[in-house]
Amino acid sequence: MKAKIIWLQGVTCNGNSHSFLNLPSLASLLQQFEFLYHPLFPSPLQLMDLHTADFDILVVEGGLKQGWKKGDKDLYELFFHLAQKAKKIVAVGSCAVFGGVFKEFDPTITGVLFDKTKKSKLYEHFFNKTVNIPGCPAHPEWIAFAIENDSFSLDEYHRPKEIFAFTVHSGCTRNEYFEWKVDAKSFGTKEGCLFYEQGCQAPFTHGSCNRILWNEINSKTRSGTPCFGCTEPTFPKTGLFHTKTYMGIPANMPLGVPKRAYLTITGIAKSFQIPRLTRKLIDEN
Amino acid sequence: MAKINKEDRKKQIMDTALKLFSKEGFFEVTMADIAKELHMSVGNLYNYFNSKDALAKELILYISKHLAEEIRKINMMQITSKEKIRKIVDFYFHTAKERPEFIEYFLRIYLSNREVFKHGCEGMICVSPFVTEIMVFFEEGVRNGELRNQDFFSAFGLFMGYLGGMVFLMGEGLLPNDIEFYSQEISENIYRSLKNES
Repeated sequence: MKAKIIWLQGVTCNGNSHSFLNLPSLASLLQQFEFLYHPLFPSPLQLMDLHTADFDILVVEGGLKQGWKKGDKDLYELFFHLAQKAKKIVAVGSCAVFGGVFKEFDPTITGVLFDKTKKSKLYEHFFNKTVNIPGCPAHPEWIAFAIENDSFSLDEYHRPKEIFAFTVHSGCTRNEYFEWKVDAKSFGTKEGCLFYEQGCQAPFTHGSCNRILWNEINSKTRSGTPCFGCTEPTFPKTGLFHTKTYMGIPANMPLGVPKRAYLTITGIAKSFQIPRLTRKLIDEN
Repeated sequence: MAKINKEDRKKQIMDTALKLFSKEGFFEVTMADIAKELHMSVGNLYNYFNSKDALAKELILYISKHLAEEIRKINMMQITSKEKIRKIVDFYFHTAKERPEFIEYFLRIYLSNREVFKHGCEGMICVSPFVTEIMVFFEEGVRNGELRNQDFFSAFGLFMGYLGGMVFLMGEGLLPNDIEFYSQEISENIYRSLKNES
């Protein structure tokens, strides 16, 4: 028998649903799981039927806000009721995990377990069965991973380590430029590092965007856009496209790298001019 | 007589070479001069350093590490950036007085004979320990709001250029007073030019 899923939407832009619908293996996933309810595609139940539904996995997309209604339903109450019944809760997207973008407009919006970095009021109720898959949107493969698996090693924000122990920097095709401190001067090029001059947050953002590619072919950094750090509780930050520095030294070190070690290594790297990397490799004229 | 170990002997060679270079000039002093001063054979000296250039690079690294260690101790202190500036200035002038060859070598040989340091000491590699500590000092001062956020080299040049200039004047015998006489005023000047006024 197929495991049954209810996909509930809180305050959201639908981005995670759209991401999920791009899952290349969606057909195979639907052989194992049945969506009793999903607001965007045909499903046997409607919002008004969910209270009495018998199901296994609750997927939550969007932030939660007490008193917020969808149709006639108080979404927060409905979530609480379903969350108690669910065997597993999967919070998808940064809004469901940390509060996300909508929280910028309404600070009372929270994620399921977290309100930015703080534990939410719901934490004690559901921490032992909730898996968090942040991202704006969450990667479809990550969502599928959380739906299909039951045993996880989780980090402090309940993110599966299989996906989030790495940084987005890991697997970045521009690592050679990062190592030698050769920066890209504009967006959209395939050459140069996006860290210093374009504000890339990949060295301290947990995620697998460069290990599990989007649409199986690309990532932000591969296409020439800096990582925005969307899997972290600090998202969304203002002042994108700019790496904050103190006297030219990045305010945030690459994850786990001591300041002195970073300064020593970058000082040495900058001492060398690597002509192969400093000149254009493609479109040389 | 107790046998001196290799590391101590190496240090002895470097200290002697430093003194000779700063007194006579880098190009005037030969490996034979250094060996003679140490009462050792030239062949034996080459067991420690296989060329004068190799010795030159080791020396700048040796000085850089020594300066870095002291500045690191200052960086680790729970005091304001203003107080750290005073301590760095004091330490730098004290070194210039007690071990003038350290600073002289840096100013007159390392900075003035870049061709000697072209290979193996590219850019700031051989002074990296020292520059790293100065970076840490600046970064922490800006982070805690005490110093103004600006381009690193503008601040670095102001700080080290000022100190280097004073040591240079001292070396030329042009300072009317002992160099440490100026510590207070110079620390104040450096702080005023670096502090965050917003």
